[in-house]
Amino acid sequence: MTTTPVKPNTSLVAPANSPLKTPGLLSGEFFQETFALARRLFIQLQRRPSTLIAGIIQPLLWLVLFGALFQNVPEGLFGTSQNYGQFLGAGVIVFTAFSGALNAGLPVMFDREFGFLNRLLVAPLASRFSIVLASAIFITALSLIQTAAIIAVSALLGAGLPGPLGLSIVTLIVLLLVLGVTALSLGLAFALPGHVELIAVIFVTNLPLLFASTALVPLSFMPTWLQAIASLNPLSYAIEPIRYVYLHTHWSLSSVVLQAPWGSVTMGVALLVLIGFDALALISVQRLLRRTLA
Amino acid sequence: MAPAVLIQNLQKRYGPVEAVKDVSLTVEPGQIFGLLGPNGAGKTTTLRCLCTLTKPDLGIVEVAGVSAIKNPKKARQLLGYVAQEVALDKVLTGRELLQLQAALYHLPRAVAAERIKATLALLDLDNYADQKTGTYSGGLRKRLDLAAGLLHQPVVLVLDEPTVGLDIESRRVIWDFLRQLRDSGTTVLMTSHYLEEIDALADRVAIIDQGKVIAEGTPSELKDQVGGDRITLRIREFAPLDEAEKAKAMIQALPFVQDVLINPDQGNSLNLVVVPQSEALSTIQQALKEVGLPTFGIAQARPSLDDVYLAATGRTLLDADVAASGKRDPKAERKQNMR
Ligand SMILES: Nc1ncnc2c1ncn2[C@@H]1O[C@H](COP(=O)(O)OP(=O)(O)O)[C@@H](O)[C@H]1O
Ligand SMILES: [Mg+2]
Repeated sequence: MTTTPVKPNTSLVAPANSPLKTPGLLSGEFFQETFALARRLFIQLQRRPSTLIAGIIQPLLWLVLFGALFQNVPEGLFGTSQNYGQFLGAGVIVFTAFSGALNAGLPVMFDREFGFLNRLLVAPLASRFSIVLASAIFITALSLIQTAAIIAVSALLGAGLPGPLGLSIVTLIVLLLVLGVTALSLGLAFALPGHVELIAVIFVTNLPLLFASTALVPLSFMPTWLQAIASLNPLSYAIEPIRYVYLHTHWSLSSVVLQAPWGSVTMGVALLVLIGFDALALISVQRLLRRTLA
Repeated sequence: MAPAVLIQNLQKRYGPVEAVKDVSLTVEPGQIFGLLGPNGAGKTTTLRCLCTLTKPDLGIVEVAGVSAIKNPKKARQLLGYVAQEVALDKVLTGRELLQLQAALYHLPRAVAAERIKATLALLDLDNYADQKTGTYSGGLRKRLDLAAGLLHQPVVLVLDEPTVGLDIESRRVIWDFLRQLRDSGTTVLMTSHYLEEIDALADRVAIIDQGKVIAEGTPSELKDQVGGDRITLRIREFAPLDEAEKAKAMIQALPFVQDVLINPDQGNSLNLVVVPQSEALSTIQQALKEVGLPTFGIAQARPSLDDVYLAATGRTLLDADVAASGKRDPKAERKQNMR
């Protein structure tokens, strides 16, 4: 480097009086920065694929092991499912997407802690929302890959395969769930003081929400108090529609997918609940993100 | 033409700590401007306010006439910031980091490719560009960070302690580079707590202590202001105190001598402040000989920036630095500064 001559390079000087425009949300610049930030996350994934591999193997182990555990359960116990594996498939799809999305805030938290976020904050980003959007895109892609793997393996295990329309409903539900949970996790990543606290929150939300949902057993198995909680749990509203399209070739928005203590929930209502959950999540973190990222 | 950087009456406190009490400085385009001060003086806080990472409590902060407080997005386009601590993504290669950086500053693809190539060559990073930054040495990391700060050709490059913790060779390389950069027209605002660094590089310097600017000017102006030359005299390698006292009394009586101090840390050597004159050394030696005292070593020098700092604060930069670094809690500050 000592020998590198530096030509008096006038192009190194930006004209101080050049008209400066500042691009905003949804500009080409916004997409450029979002794409670049998402690319970074995908490169990290490609160089350190262990998270993805573990994220695919874990749900498959759930399917195989839990399926085997309850193999000899009398037929008809799990509603209309032919076997527990078929019953469990929907639960594993939703729970996997949920835990993935819950972890979305961790890389952002580490960027805050290591000072990498400062690099982004001193740059003239069109909108700092690109930082959030890039993470959301990344987590969504990850969840879809995991979902596809689970669907494929459970089909091999004899759980069957929904039709094309059924599969699109599964995808839609996964996307809705991931969107809301990712938003909450990213919000936490900016609100909490450090990764220790974030991991603690993830830890105390993850499994309780799983057990207080219809992922592992139907509502009818639970004591009344747990039934009440499970039928308020957004996870149940994601699980039951998926379970329904797995079991019924014919379904519509008015098909009843869940018998809650206070009445029946149709496919359409379940979807509305998920959309409502997203709206609530986005509104509640928007303020927070605006404060830290404005 | 607006100054490259204008900071007026900047104030910033963290709870009970007044990190910056009153800082004003003007950086003209094309200069290397040095902010010199001991650890804890408020240098980093000042730069964080300039680079829109921290909102000042009070004061004016402008980059090329653009207010960093009212118009932060425009100010960010004009600034390149290289933080005190290098934060790279260790999984990315150097080239990938620069590509990300280029996109964050919205360089078109073709321009980005060309600039990355040129900047890598400029900082002699070609051979490392496709290795992960996790494998880089400290000097390499700093050079890549510098490259990232320069990629969008900022009007002002802001460097926080650019050579702290680096070996002599890396430090010299960065010094050379900064001079070349200045000569090609980029304004550089840098902090340091090494006075040799500021002395060697800066066209203008502001000395900052406990959140206030205590002196400002070109290095030689500042040294001229403290006035007098400095003479270090050693009678013997380790002089007994009574001999040193005797010499002191005798030298103090000389007409051109303003001040004499005995430095017990340096074998009771004598530190003199004298009115600059060419015969000072021979006159002193002659006078010593007359009272039967030897001369082990004697040297005359112009005042250093340390003397400037000493004159203003009553302690040396090194003492202030050591005293301050024990008092800080870097972990807690990092938490605080997290965004
Ligand atoms: N985030 C912070 N929270 C509390 N105190 C801080 C914080 N940042 C800096 N300080 C304090 O403000 C003073 C100035 O710090 P800084 O600007 O980092 O000084 P310098 O860069 O000159 O070493 C120090 O006393 C430091 O301990
Ligand atoms: Mg500092």
